[in-house]
Amino acid sequence: MKTIFSQSVPGRSACLPPMPEERAERFLPKELMRAKRPALPEVSELDVVRHFTKLSTFNYGVDSNFYPLGSCTMKYNPKFTEYVAALPGYTTPHPALAQLPKGSQYTQGSLEVMYETEKMLCELTGMDAFTSQPMAGANGELTGALIIAAYHKDKGNKKTKIICPDAAHGTNPASAVLAGYEVINIESKDGMVDPEALEAVLDEDVAAVMMTCPNTLGLFENHLPTIVEKLRKVDALLYYDGANFNAIMGKMRIGDVGFDVVHLNVHKTLATPHGGGGPGAGPVGVCARLEPYLPNHRPAKAADGTFYLDTDNPKSIGHMSPFYGSFAVMLKAFAYMLRLGGEGLTRATELAVLNANYMRKRLEEHLHIPYNRICMHEFVASACNQQSECGVRALDIAKALLEKGHHAPTIYFPLIVKECMMFEPTETESKETLDIFLDDLIEILETSKTDPQSLFDAPHNTPVRRLDETKAAREMVLVDEI
Amino acid sequence: MPFTPHTAEEVQAMLDVIGVRTIEDLFADIPADMRPKSFDLPQGLSEMETCAYLEQLAGKNNTDLVSFLGAGFYNHYIPKAIDNLVGRGEFYTAYTPYQPESSQGTLQAIFEFQTAICRLLEMDVANASVYDGGTAIFEAMMMAVRAGRKRKKIVIDESISPIYREMLNTYTNNIDVDVVVVPHTEGLSNVEALKAAIDGDCAGVVVQNPNFFGNVQDFTELFEHAHANKALGIISVYPVMQSVMKTPGEMGADIAVAEAQSLGQPLSFGGPYLGVMSCSKKMIRQIPGRIVGRTEDIDGKTGYVLTLQAREQHIRRAKATSNICSNQALCALRALIHMSLLGPEGLIRTAELSMERAHYLADRLTMIEGVELLNGAPFGNEFAIRLPIKAEEAIEALMDKGFVTGFPVGRYYEDMDDVLLVACTELHSFEQIGVFTELLGGIL
Repeated sequence: MKTIFSQSVPGRSACLPPMPEERAERFLPKELMRAKRPALPEVSELDVVRHFTKLSTFNYGVDSNFYPLGSCTMKYNPKFTEYVAALPGYTTPHPALAQLPKGSQYTQGSLEVMYETEKMLCELTGMDAFTSQPMAGANGELTGALIIAAYHKDKGNKKTKIICPDAAHGTNPASAVLAGYEVINIESKDGMVDPEALEAVLDEDVAAVMMTCPNTLGLFENHLPTIVEKLRKVDALLYYDGANFNAIMGKMRIGDVGFDVVHLNVHKTLATPHGGGGPGAGPVGVCARLEPYLPNHRPAKAADGTFYLDTDNPKSIGHMSPFYGSFAVMLKAFAYMLRLGGEGLTRATELAVLNANYMRKRLEEHLHIPYNRICMHEFVASACNQQSECGVRALDIAKALLEKGHHAPTIYFPLIVKECMMFEPTETESKETLDIFLDDLIEILETSKTDPQSLFDAPHNTPVRRLDETKAAREMVLVDEI
Repeated sequence: MPFTPHTAEEVQAMLDVIGVRTIEDLFADIPADMRPKSFDLPQGLSEMETCAYLEQLAGKNNTDLVSFLGAGFYNHYIPKAIDNLVGRGEFYTAYTPYQPESSQGTLQAIFEFQTAICRLLEMDVANASVYDGGTAIFEAMMMAVRAGRKRKKIVIDESISPIYREMLNTYTNNIDVDVVVVPHTEGLSNVEALKAAIDGDCAGVVVQNPNFFGNVQDFTELFEHAHANKALGIISVYPVMQSVMKTPGEMGADIAVAEAQSLGQPLSFGGPYLGVMSCSKKMIRQIPGRIVGRTEDIDGKTGYVLTLQAREQHIRRAKATSNICSNQALCALRALIHMSLLGPEGLIRTAELSMERAHYLADRLTMIEGVELLNGAPFGNEFAIRLPIKAEEAIEALMDKGFVTGFPVGRYYEDMDDVLLVACTELHSFEQIGVFTELLGGIL
């Protein structure tokens, strides 16, 4: 499909502001001005509307159909939260206004939203304090790692390492490095963090262990209490990656079971849209002894009931974002929590786990499931039998699913399972939707025995077929030619 | 329950298939002593109750203030078609485009965004965006440090937004990077001092244009000096003003970054915003984040994929170029549609209308006795003035009269308590500027 640039016709325009009385030459000397006008598209408004409407039809969202992408929690994004975030009362205020003399009086609504959101996240997770500043999950991990570093520095602890299990998200080790730590990997055993492997590398130099529960295989970490006990002995902290939090709302609170720091991915658990890759938000919660290190400019409530930004935090790590993070994204998460309430959030978790187990059970005769026991919100299967028997890989099954109009599961993650396929249905999908998907998937698995070539050739009916990634990396055409 | 379709019969049928009796059986792994000690969240609300409550809170924010507050974040006009297009569920309910066959909408949009950014800044390569302008500067610094191998020093101009410099302090606190800040001179970059700070240990020099004080400068010579000393030139810019200002490409910058909030994103009390990153071809392996490349499918049809992924954390883990996973895809889409609707002429007019108003305001304000421009250097749509009183006092005095006077520079800079930073955009009327000038004159 043509790019918007190739539709450009000199002199055409869509949304021009009025003509200025003075042109730029009046205000800037020639040597400070650009020589040529930027070659941006010159198109009509209808050109723009048709172009992007057509592009949208080349995309696939939760609004299109089932999206069982493991680890990503592609649940339905309620429409009313978009309405709320677009209210002029929320979109208008400049973030620095609240920091000016008298400014907080004019931004009480936003400050109250921030304050109440953080309070609600505390109750949801069992943590003592929260910050809304981190702008996505990985940014939350970095925030957490920096808080951990600040805590140890303050206590005079000399810590140099962070331990990450091999099943962890790739962002965990990358974030730990940015906080100045050496990353120690430990291997899983039976899909779980192995207390013995942990013991072998745990010493006084360890600042923290980053883990998630349920883990990346969708299994509850049975050794959690043992792990907590081991860490306490060397004053190492326990970090919770909130990627899988949708599995435990109302069933377990991470603060209650010994985690010291947590980030949540609100675009997963709290139904804010993924937007094709962002914007997200990654609020971070901490236990009381880590609260002094939270990012500065914290929403607070005065004795008279008004809200203000607290800057009296001498031990704060500083600022993770220019102001208070992705306010509009956090507002959608707040709206979602208000709508569901405690009971609704618990029910969301219950049905997410029910859906995952139903899928697992219906698939177990057709696809190898390495850890086939009651799972939580997601489970991992392997196409290893298909690969060894007919040469069909997880990738081919994924592409055949696209052809049938479904989104594929996550493939090749976690790295510890061969030909990995990770399914996460979420709670917002009906039994009917799951059944249609499962029937199609089972049919594909049958076809893999009789006609594997048709899977290698899939998909046929998508806007494009399998793409040549090597050519993309070799030729590196990264911008449209003029 | 909202947004869950299960009937009691369906739940039972599914439990039967699983082979357990109750839903609670599915949570048997969580022992009793690990269950919540409290879960005191409010009762859920209906949609109309939730909306009414949040509308009421929105009403506690004031939307009638006439604001001259900028400091790097500006209230520009946003064409109405943007919300309509970005609101299509195929765009905003999609995940990261990991299955390219069914993600061509997001992928082509990012490719076009990369193109628009490269054309606006006259750079070779852009990524699919990072969180915001501050993150973009940090990631640019890290690019320079990686490219500089053993060089660990980054020279930073003090007239770069102090809001971003605070972020950089936080981000670099625990890593082996030595940030050296070179003081400004009356709101201007001290190019000679910056040059002097570039030594054999320097990986890169970072400047901002227009700088925090709104002044516009040329850094061609500084970047030449950096290159002669094997250091990189990094510049942070303001995309709207960039439509008329000398570009990072023309100045010979190696990395150009920006906060692109001004391209179609509402201020929304701090975000989400849009960090832009671009660089020269030779820096391509160092740029973090997602990059989309054009290719062909097996039938020879043009298509787009995420490329050069070997730099990223899901492959490289601890050795990745950055920990960043999310980009701001939907914000990038907004910016792309914004630039498409305005076109080159629209973006230039936006810059000119903003400058015209700012210069008119500066002329009026400096007619007040005791008010003068901080320096006589060229500026765009924002400028710093010295007042006969403290800037915070002026701000406080005018707030209840319905005007946000500007940003108090003394909050971040020594001996500048009397300096006020004032910004205009095309949305200010000359009448508003007139009333504002009279009110400010009245208290001075």
